[in-house]
Amino acid sequence: MNGPQDLGGQMGFGPVAPEKDEPYFHAAWEKRALGVTLTAGGMGAWNIDESRHARESLHPADYYSSSYYQIWIKALETLLKRHGFVTERDLAAGKAVDAAATPKRVLKAADVPAVLAKGGPCDRPVATPARFQAGDRVHTKNFNPTGHTRLPRYARGKSGTIEAVRGGFVFPDSNAHGKGENPQWVYTVVFDGAEIWGVGADPTLSVSIDAWESYLEPA
Amino acid sequence: MSHDHDHDNELDPFAARVRALETILTQKGLIDPAAIDIIVDTYETKIGPRNGARVVAKAWSDPAYAEWLKRDATAAIESLSYTGRQGEHMQAVFNTEETHNLVVCTLCSCYPWSVLGLPPVWYKAPPYRSRAVIDPRGVLEEFGLTLPSTKKIRVWDSTAELRYLVVPMRPKGTQGWSEEQLAGLVSRDAMIGTALAKEPEGEPA
Repeated sequence: MNGPQDLGGQMGFGPVAPEKDEPYFHAAWEKRALGVTLTAGGMGAWNIDESRHARESLHPADYYSSSYYQIWIKALETLLKRHGFVTERDLAAGKAVDAAATPKRVLKAADVPAVLAKGGPCDRPVATPARFQAGDRVHTKNFNPTGHTRLPRYARGKSGTIEAVRGGFVFPDSNAHGKGENPQWVYTVVFDGAEIWGVGADPTLSVSIDAWESYLEPA
Repeated sequence: MSHDHDHDNELDPFAARVRALETILTQKGLIDPAAIDIIVDTYETKIGPRNGARVVAKAWSDPAYAEWLKRDATAAIESLSYTGRQGEHMQAVFNTEETHNLVVCTLCSCYPWSVLGLPPVWYKAPPYRSRAVIDPRGVLEEFGLTLPSTKKIRVWDSTAELRYLVVPMRPKGTQGWSEEQLAGLVSRDAMIGTALAKEPEGEPA
């Protein structure tokens, strides 16, 4: 979706302002926000793509005025409500009022190290051979889906070169919406700065994205 | 409850919102608050940029390891026992005399947690995410890094599940340094691409 998350090339957000010796957390609640998000995700009711889509579906004014942990928590509330774990009445009361759906599993403290160490690999076998090879010229599609996609606006309708075939991966555009993993080949595609930004582009710049096969057409 | 909320202002509405959510989920038996404590401890004390710095130092010291890292970063990094969440599919990109690499995630905040830990706020915020792809030199200036005008810049937008680790160039004057000494020259920012490796200050201790 053309949502607030699609930031590449947007202007007006000001300086980066890196913080010297930045702490991992700026408030104690951020620690809990990280942990609540990961443990709730541990129920296995949604995947990372649905989670990302919930975040980018915040109203742009809300997204841009929220810190990243705030974005996480707001999206988490959406996911918990959608999957029947939490209700508006629970949230209004600040305590459990309504019954919850039964989760597939609950992430227990003893299992955390193994779960974090395992992660969530999302490479998958793809039945068909890769359509493109390193060195091939390709053109990215121009589309504007209302659902989740990982092709940023700045890289739509552009010509680039396949640099590497990365393997088969879960397709987020369907996986985010409960429509299956439908794995596809993923490629690193490189674009000249001028192809993307046109007049005035930094001549020393090239930008790459990692693109699923259905985002690409032969050039 | 045993975990600490001591640094939060109780009047902060967002702190109250997160606490309420944790309370609701705990009362319903959907989460284990002790699991949160372990997650926080893991990312505060066990997984951080020291991991990545050791990968870089090994690549500087051992050409065979550097080749492996270039070819199969996931396996090469796993051999040092750095695995897991947001590091499942790693790629290492090497700075050269010709090209400087910079990593961003314009669409969210994808970051190689297994080797760099949790991302800094600026990495997740709109200024960096919007500008890294269109004005990397301007961004780098804000980090105090001015690259020669002829240096090529390659920006890697982490739009899929590959996570990128920049391997900075080894500073001159570090011949004979141990991997541990070398790792001390490798900052988190150098592995994102917003800095170079630190120059050595005299002889190592």
